[in-house]
Amino acid sequence: MTLWNWIALACAMAYATKLIGYSLPERWLTSPYMDSIAGSLTVALLTALTVMNTVAAGPHLAIDARLGALVAAAFALWMRLPFLVVVFIGALACAALRLWF
Amino acid sequence: MSRSDALAWRDRLTPATRMGLSIAVATGLYGISFGALSVAAGLSVAQTAALSLLMFTGGSQFAFIGVVAGGGTGAAALGAASLLGVRNAVYGLQMGRLLAPRGVWRWLAAHWTIDESTATASSQSDASEQRRGFWVAGGGVFLLWNVFTLVGALLGDTLGDPRRFGLDGAAVAAFLGLLWPRLRAREPVALALVCGLATAVSIPCLPAGLPILLAAAVGAAWGAWHSRSAR
Repeated sequence: MTLWNWIALACAMAYATKLIGYSLPERWLTSPYMDSIAGSLTVALLTALTVMNTVAAGPHLAIDARLGALVAAAFALWMRLPFLVVVFIGALACAALRLWF
Repeated sequence: MSRSDALAWRDRLTPATRMGLSIAVATGLYGISFGALSVAAGLSVAQTAALSLLMFTGGSQFAFIGVVAGGGTGAAALGAASLLGVRNAVYGLQMGRLLAPRGVWRWLAAHWTIDESTATASSQSDASEQRRGFWVAGGGVFLLWNVFTLVGALLGDTLGDPRRFGLDGAAVAAFLGLLWPRLRAREPVALALVCGLATAVSIPCLPAGLPILLAAAVGAAWGAWHSRSAR
């Protein structure tokens, strides 16, 4: 399948997921059990995506400028800076580290 | 429009409308980073625009391009994006009860059911304000998110090699920024540490994209176990 097909399928899945909520009987989804799974799933996925984008270099692990971006972004978030500024600082830290080393 | 006119106009907006508009501007703006990161991940401008227009749920969109950027397959990207979208079903259920949209509005409400519209609607106690909050935030984010995605994609496309501008560092920062607000308690921090370690350890052992799904499985099991033991 081409990337376009995967995009179409992923978009259809996203819409179906949203629509399901408007169609399902309430007791199926509003249990503390489902809330707990949905919440943990989100934390797990976002963590995995953060780690993968920081240290994955193809099938290998690499420590490079991206780790500096992670530290800089964490500091910016700790300083309660807005999302867009955090993203910008991450890019800046990464580009600067690459320039220096 | 004079300053006093502007103030008078602002006063006529209800709290839900004002909240919806400010959320729309804040969220819409970071469509720029999605657009730029998506073309950096190797998607075309059209594919990038299609994701914002049709998928329209930021976390899943970032997940999709994040997996592609990491060399993962389309199937792995689909899996990560769909799993991250699961919470939208819960939102849909809440909004369905709150708004009770009918006919074509139900289809549109479903598409616009995202973190921001749900949060704006849920923060209001009056039924008409809830409705206003949902539609203003949902419609506003939809419009601005798509416009700024296109701006970011075109910018990213002209700038060339994204690594030179640290765009891969921007992706790291974006994911951490999405994760950060969820790390307020000790339990999600512990889960994040376990999942982060599992991802790093499995990257050299598993095909690209699978480490993400492994972390998802750990997360789901954690949630199930935690809910049972809390009872």
